[in-house]
Amino acid sequence: MSSPLDKDVYAIRPPSNRSPLAAALSSSPSPSRFRMVFRVFWAMPIVTKLCTFWLTTIILAAIFADFIPKLADPNYQGFLFGTDVTNDGQSWHHWLGTDNNSRDILSRLIYGTRVSLTVAVTAVAFGTFFGGLLGSFVGYVRGRREAAIMASIDVILAFPALVLLLTVVTLLGKRNLLVISLVVGVLAIPRYARVARANALAISRREFVAAARAIGTKDRTILWREVIPNVMPTVFAYALVAAAVTVVLEGTLAFLGLSVQAPTPSWGVMINASRADLRINIWPVIWPSLMLVFTVYSLNNVGDWFRIRTAHKAAAL
Amino acid sequence: MGKMLAARLVRLVATILVVSFVTFMMVNLLPGDPINALVPPESQNDQEFVEQLREEFGLNDPMMVRYANWLGDAVTGDLGKSVITSQPVAGEIWRRLPITAELALVSIGFSLFIAIPLGTLSAYKQGKRVDQSISAAAQVSLSIPNFVLGLLLIYVFAMRLQWLPATGWTRLTESVSGNIKSVLLPAMSLALAEIAVYTRVVRSDMISTLQEDYILSARAKGLKDRFILFRHALRPSSLTLITVVGLNVGALIGGTVVIETLFAIPGLGKRLLDAVFQRDFLMIQGITVFVAVVYVTINTLVDIIYMLVDPRIRKKA
Repeated sequence: MSSPLDKDVYAIRPPSNRSPLAAALSSSPSPSRFRMVFRVFWAMPIVTKLCTFWLTTIILAAIFADFIPKLADPNYQGFLFGTDVTNDGQSWHHWLGTDNNSRDILSRLIYGTRVSLTVAVTAVAFGTFFGGLLGSFVGYVRGRREAAIMASIDVILAFPALVLLLTVVTLLGKRNLLVISLVVGVLAIPRYARVARANALAISRREFVAAARAIGTKDRTILWREVIPNVMPTVFAYALVAAAVTVVLEGTLAFLGLSVQAPTPSWGVMINASRADLRINIWPVIWPSLMLVFTVYSLNNVGDWFRIRTAHKAAAL
Repeated sequence: MGKMLAARLVRLVATILVVSFVTFMMVNLLPGDPINALVPPESQNDQEFVEQLREEFGLNDPMMVRYANWLGDAVTGDLGKSVITSQPVAGEIWRRLPITAELALVSIGFSLFIAIPLGTLSAYKQGKRVDQSISAAAQVSLSIPNFVLGLLLIYVFAMRLQWLPATGWTRLTESVSGNIKSVLLPAMSLALAEIAVYTRVVRSDMISTLQEDYILSARAKGLKDRFILFRHALRPSSLTLITVVGLNVGALIGGTVVIETLFAIPGLGKRLLDAVFQRDFLMIQGITVFVAVVYVTINTLVDIIYMLVDPRIRKKA
């Protein structure tokens, strides 16, 4: 039962109440969205700009890896055909040299980006969607439903993350990109739910929620139109930092030999495969390590920047 | 106070029960019949032998009966025996626990020793160049995965300089200097990220403490800044730190799995990973439950210490 009154309430709400992040990510068409993204970019300090640039580059590299001209096959083992040398240094044919199976390192790095990004994107998607909604829901409705859901979340968080991940991945048996992404994604939900709940608790006490309730808006409408839109920017800001954790987690699994199976290249797999030859040639370990560190640092840096920004916005709300 | 303590302990026992149940279910419900790990390949078709083994390990009983049996034994300190090596799981845990505990404690001690002065300095010089450099360094440190740092340390200190051993472990009872040498590199690999986390926590807590009135009055009395920082400000600022250290034990336990594998240290983490590769289900179950129980217990203890240390919280109870 809705009265025409509450429509008016939403109509007069100034759009400037929403953070630029929420505006950029929301599906509502706005003519200035493109300009907004650029304004956000120009507001960044120089290091954060570089980090954004790096993240954009690796995302493009992951998508278009198959179309990069002259890029070697990541699994081509030249020594089998007498054309390339194992553990070679930099050369014209192999810009970053070759690994202990004489495979081109640059090519493997670029294809390895796919694994890291797929896992990170899946985890972020699962976390923000399920975790964000779940957390907002229980933070708004409170009561017994909240107690039950938070208790089960606490049980999952009672396990050290990596130990739980190891156990689940092993017991599932299969280890392809899909399984790894899904497991990491599902196990990411509790942490997002906590972040979302903490924010939903604070938002639910705000005047505009009380006002909406006073004019008789239904709980479901308040949840979707007042609570969730205001919780999500914080969750998205958290998601970037959480994505960094996910990239490290996938790298760690791969390093332990428990991520995607060979010969699929992943940065952690590359480090693990070359570490036995550390004494002979350190470069096959250095390059993927650098990729990991740059990517994780960029996610952390951009994430921190957004987090501080949304915190200011939320305070001004 | 007593009531609060009792409630906390009841919750601890409940959490432990639930955690053990979840682990048990996870190990037993996920695909893959544990019996396959027990039967040697040549007798895979010997139905009678397989049946006999099933009976011996109680795999024919209903799930709840098996859980009750396992829990009953676990309470008396019997976690079953490894299906691969037939060693008792509890014995394995006790033999390897001191190594992992030493590694964890040294890295916590090491990181606090560095993080507390750094965080204090950062807060004292808030906004100045020193503070900015420390914050930037913390962000970089957080972005270096522990196995990458470990490999780098091995390369520099074990391979190039040859000061410290790259792998292996010397027990404290065998040789004190050997023990120190073998703990240094792995503990440092684990400590870097912790230093970054703790420095941030100390900094932000210290900044809010320094705005308190009693700091102003201490300053008005003409006390030296250093004295005010470490005698007046540090203790009230260390409460969040204690909590974060407790919560970080989870990440630390995950870290020991990786670092023990990298440095070939025969600790609990390495044993878990070996069990994971052998699909040694009772060992996985035993270690996972043990680790989760330790983690939950530590955090309950932290809560209790928190209540004891902070008179404000005690009064509220």
